[in-house]
Amino acid sequence: MSLLNDLININLSDSSEKIIAEYLWIGGSGMDLRSKARTLPGPVTDPAKLPKWNYDGSSTGQAPGDDSEVILYPQSIFKDPFRKGNNILVMCDAYTPAGEPIPTNKRFNAAQIFSNPAVAAEVPWYGIEQEYTLLQKDINWPLGWPVGGFPGPQGPYYCGVGADKSFGRDVVDAHYKACLYAGINISGINGEVMPGQWEFQVGPSVGISAGDEVWVARYILERIAEIAGVVVSFDPKPIPGDWNGAGAHTNYSTKSMRNEGGIAVIKKAIEKLGLRHKEHIAAYGEGNERRLTGRHETADIHTFSWGVANRGASIRVGRDTEKEGKGYFEDRRPASNMDPYVVTSMIAETTILWKP
Amino acid sequence: MSLLSDLINLNLSGTTKKIIAEYIWIGGSGMDLRSKARTLDGVVSDPQKLPKWNYDGSSTGQAPGEDSEVILYPQAIFKDPFRRGNNILVMCDAYTPAGEPIPTNKRYNAAKIFSHPDVAAEVPWYGIEQEYTLLQKDLKWPIGWPVGGYPGPQGPYYCGAGADKAFGRDVVDSHYKACLYAGINISGINGEVMPGQWEFQVGPSVGISAGDELWVARYILERITEIAGVVVSFDPKPIEGDWNGAGAHTNYSTKSMRNDGGYEVIKKAIGNLQLRHKEHIAAYGEGNERRLTGRHETADIHTFSWGVANRGASVRVGRDTEKAGKGYFEDRRPASNMDPYVVTSMIAETTILWKP
Repeated sequence: MSLLNDLININLSDSSEKIIAEYLWIGGSGMDLRSKARTLPGPVTDPAKLPKWNYDGSSTGQAPGDDSEVILYPQSIFKDPFRKGNNILVMCDAYTPAGEPIPTNKRFNAAQIFSNPAVAAEVPWYGIEQEYTLLQKDINWPLGWPVGGFPGPQGPYYCGVGADKSFGRDVVDAHYKACLYAGINISGINGEVMPGQWEFQVGPSVGISAGDEVWVARYILERIAEIAGVVVSFDPKPIPGDWNGAGAHTNYSTKSMRNEGGIAVIKKAIEKLGLRHKEHIAAYGEGNERRLTGRHETADIHTFSWGVANRGASIRVGRDTEKEGKGYFEDRRPASNMDPYVVTSMIAETTILWKP
Repeated sequence: MSLLSDLINLNLSGTTKKIIAEYIWIGGSGMDLRSKARTLDGVVSDPQKLPKWNYDGSSTGQAPGEDSEVILYPQAIFKDPFRRGNNILVMCDAYTPAGEPIPTNKRYNAAKIFSHPDVAAEVPWYGIEQEYTLLQKDLKWPIGWPVGGYPGPQGPYYCGAGADKAFGRDVVDSHYKACLYAGINISGINGEVMPGQWEFQVGPSVGISAGDELWVARYILERITEIAGVVVSFDPKPIEGDWNGAGAHTNYSTKSMRNDGGYEVIKKAIGNLQLRHKEHIAAYGEGNERRLTGRHETADIHTFSWGVANRGASVRVGRDTEKAGKGYFEDRRPASNMDPYVVTSMIAETTILWKP
């Protein structure tokens, strides 16, 4: 459809100062991404200078029909890889007309935690490993899997190459470059253990930006899958049986952990997480009990454990960190459908603010 | 899917200094290639300046789950023909966290042999003729072959042209250019005797780089077949019966062989190889006994023989070399699924270091 592409790719900078801003927000399920676009008179780089907007919350399960306006507050700007030029993507969160965050707005509380002086002083870094599964569009069966059947068992697919081992790389590679273009701190990608499953990593990001960047990266992924005619699933156990689930391992460090003597701070932080295991699990994603079975490189959901280089533990500390006596650790419990605002702020809250 | 291609082909050099490095390694079977990508802050051209990395060895049969980290040491850099720009492919080998090469790491031993002063002084050159077969994706039957049947007998296909004689040239030609782009010393290609079978040659390469270049050329081939929706097979005898097998003939010379009087050095080297025939055969690829039958331009696996211009011998010396009194010879025994690190270093070891 060359003529259509020509139009989609028109470079407006030659004919107009105007730009297009795509406002993104999270809908009523807490996982459905929504967006709509508006024209602005010229380029904008500071989110505070973007106009607030509103949307029909009764169409997203976030407001009643007789009082349906939900207000969008722009929070961060990224370059738009689809429209390019000076056009932008804008990550927003949602408020009532009275200025209160609506119940599904998890960013508000996270931002409060991250601006707590004790937390801000620790400059918390996050590296989030987002796993996801690509599905064939009308049948919702994983990409590359035979219809009505299963591929050969897991083994050849992790980081695999070849038409019989790797399904959907064009989506993954397009996503990698699009995110880099957008200004998202995407640090890598790899093919996962289950065929049709992939992972990208975002980080290291500081505080609230981790959540913003993961949500916009998820949005870009959904847009690219839309172009490719496949469907993205963030379900933590898309196929029951001897098939890996999908997680969102969250790597974390604070200034104290990154400095000399950090390993002791890390161990103390892990202890605190162990004492709040149930609370964290409850916030780490719906359906995680289907994934955290103790098999397939997970720890059982009821048990908290940690270990060096141990992929079967709730929390894994890398050998580098152990060797150098400082660094970071990996919380392997969050599911692929976790809300990064919730998970990142909760880890900071438990390890920095909470007293046992 | 032009919009997808637009994204895959985004030239990031305009928006960021960051580059993408695809780290490549060999998995637990010794033939399965694996790779994953990471973002680097800027251009890197020296492998020593690339960061070491690690991967989940428990997912590739190279480490247990409770101690799963395997460390990747970058060894050689090539330009990435898929991402282009300043993006790179990085050939790596694998080590335990303690710094020991893991059992499947054949490069380590080869590098030791090639850095032995006697070997280094001889500047060993290699030209490797990699044969391979292209298969239809879901049937694993050679491409161009009728489903449930066979094509006409061998004869018209070697270097043939035409839709009824050449199957898969688009894969082969894109591979040729992609390898040249990457900086691999690819010296030629040709259609092989069996329909659907092809060959490319890499060389002349010195010492350890022969192995690096061949492995990366194999990786690029797997990526291209993935794009094309066909499967590459390195099996040495993919179809039983009156159909040629696939080899990796290894052409070899040392400084002494290339200088005046070299023909005597060549004959002595061949003599050494003859005395170690069994040891070499054991290291020249799994399943080679199905290929080295004495028919189809091979020598019988149990017998060592050599001759000028003789394609039915284990080792062939070219007429040019005989006439000039110096040059190189061709070891025709290695199978298409041989490990070039093993074969190249073993030939150097037997002909330069080993005493009968």
